[in-house]
Amino acid sequence: MQHISAVREPLVTGGKTYHDVTQDVCRQVEAAPNIRWMAAFSVALFFLGVFFYSVYRTVWFGIGEWGLNKTVGWAWDITNFVWWVGIGHAGTLISAVLLLFRQRWRSSINRAAEAMTIFAVICAGQFPILHMGRPWLGWWVLPLQNTFGSLWANFNSPLLWDVFAISTYFSVSLVFWYTGLIPDFATIRDRAKGKIAKFSYSMLSFNWRGSAKHWSRYETVSLILAGISTPLVLSVHTIVSMDFATSVVPGWHTTIFPPYFVAGAIFSGFAMVLTLMLITRVVFKLEDYITLEHIALMNKIMMVTGSIVGVAYITEFFIAWYSQVEYEQYCFLNRATGPYWWAYLSMMSCNVLSPQMVWFRRIRYSITMTFILSIIVNIGMWFERFVIIVSSLHRDYLPSSWAMFSPTIIDVGMYVGSIGLFFTLFLLFAKFFPVINMAEVKTILKYTVNNGPTYGGPNNGGQPITRTAAPAPYSTPGVPASAPVNYDKHE
Amino acid sequence: MNSPAVTSAGPVVQDTHHTSASRTKRFAVGIFEDEDVLLHAIDNMRAAGVRIYDVFSPYPVHGIDDALGIERSRLPIAAFFFGCCGLSFALWMQIYMLGFDWPMIIGGKPNIALPSFIPVSFELTVLFTAFGMMITFFTISGLYPKPTVNVLDARATDDKFVVAVELDESSSQLSKLTTLFRDNGASEVNHKEMTNF
Repeated sequence: MQHISAVREPLVTGGKTYHDVTQDVCRQVEAAPNIRWMAAFSVALFFLGVFFYSVYRTVWFGIGEWGLNKTVGWAWDITNFVWWVGIGHAGTLISAVLLLFRQRWRSSINRAAEAMTIFAVICAGQFPILHMGRPWLGWWVLPLQNTFGSLWANFNSPLLWDVFAISTYFSVSLVFWYTGLIPDFATIRDRAKGKIAKFSYSMLSFNWRGSAKHWSRYETVSLILAGISTPLVLSVHTIVSMDFATSVVPGWHTTIFPPYFVAGAIFSGFAMVLTLMLITRVVFKLEDYITLEHIALMNKIMMVTGSIVGVAYITEFFIAWYSQVEYEQYCFLNRATGPYWWAYLSMMSCNVLSPQMVWFRRIRYSITMTFILSIIVNIGMWFERFVIIVSSLHRDYLPSSWAMFSPTIIDVGMYVGSIGLFFTLFLLFAKFFPVINMAEVKTILKYTVNNGPTYGGPNNGGQPITRTAAPAPYSTPGVPASAPVNYDKHE
Repeated sequence: MNSPAVTSAGPVVQDTHHTSASRTKRFAVGIFEDEDVLLHAIDNMRAAGVRIYDVFSPYPVHGIDDALGIERSRLPIAAFFFGCCGLSFALWMQIYMLGFDWPMIIGGKPNIALPSFIPVSFELTVLFTAFGMMITFFTISGLYPKPTVNVLDARATDDKFVVAVELDESSSQLSKLTTLFRDNGASEVNHKEMTNF
């Protein structure tokens, strides 16, 4: 039975069969890397080299290589950290929150978005570890006994909460992602011709054979992982924001920070998902899976979260005035009109004004405009963190210690290099792993394949299947057979 | 399994076979093209007294649990248990370390400052839940990295729905099952011998 909704756009276009899905997704895994991939990978590797060089300078000579000074002790590194963690949040939002909300359009983008989460968190993790100055003592953050050289960890410190939050987030996301990959690895394994490919994908597929019992458990497990990942993702950026909010620095010490940071994280994350998806769908010819409808939906989420962020910016200003605390008032005035006014202006225009363009349908459905917008938002969100961190720190309570921050070449190298690290990982993923969750897309195929109103499942290309009588849609035992099956509500 | 495939309807899917020892098993394997046809076929075959060994599909088919009589998984209970372990461990760890083993005065706060233990307790609850549940899932399902994987039909992970019925030593039920599969819409029926399956 195939159901064509009169009101909804199909989730997958092009009249795909199950086998087409397998072919389209496995194509780039099985083929030799194409020239565009090689070119992109070379560029990414170059920037990875920049990253390694900057790390070497930072570790060998110390964090004096960065532009930090006595007043501005946190700058680009923590900006990058918060930026990367924020980007990661969209992946979990797509894989967990949209799963709980039964948003089936997520099926074709969740794999790549989750991969983005994992790689973004890897990039984020580099900065606090390197900022320790002596990263080889990084294990002191773990709760280890005093005899190991440090006291027990201080559980009252938000920085320690961050250690637990980020490492839990990383490992749980990794497990969630890998579990979803197992059935697809099995598909690649069963198609593999070469000895090495067969062996590798056999190992990766964990003996998966698609047994009904396993699928049943798999679905239970996915639902629970989604259920626990949802509060987890909210907790992670909440805790990141507490790194700032629990201090007494004007501009940081605000109760609005947790929801404001979470909205900002989802905002920037969706921008990055859009950037990656727009490239992926063209490079791997996946336009039938990542449709204009997907782009429009993600644009809408970007606009909503962007507006929440805008409201938060204005609220901060209002509360600074309303609080009557002169330090707080000065801090915010200084943000907008002080020496870093240009950063503030970039943040406001990129994050508050630019997403409002999405109100126009033509822009929402335009690939070029979406791509430009996603880049603008990524830049804007980087500036947001820079504004919060540097403009709050650079003029503290004592005017005698006011200072400006200017990055060194190593600061720039760390940031640009981390983008290289991210793209190196993402390109390797895109080459060797299935970028679309094949199994999950196949579950939605039957009700969304747009191949005409004739009877027939995805395996029959819209043609009536060769039986004397087509079977009635299957209904669950116990439910009267005459009960109409509404596939729009079918979960 | 010594009993012939066609018997009175009993428990239909057994889970023990996933870890059973190495010996040759014979199967009648029906290949289906469509999930609705598959579900009707399972119903009809079970009504005819066929004991279905397992069904392999490229994606989770809705309604197959009911059709095969698969019981609801108890993994959520395991997940809750592991979550409780994580929470108790986190609370014990923080209270023991900062409250008893090496009390430190931090900002004049009490040694056992429960509100600031909430984040770490929450994170460890989630961590233990996720890992405990996944390790349980992989263990009970016999899922682990294996250099070669035996499959009944390689298309089961691509576009076909594969129903396996185990046969006795002499495969005496094969022709009967072939007819039954065909009558219920199978596009092909194969006879497979599997070792280490």
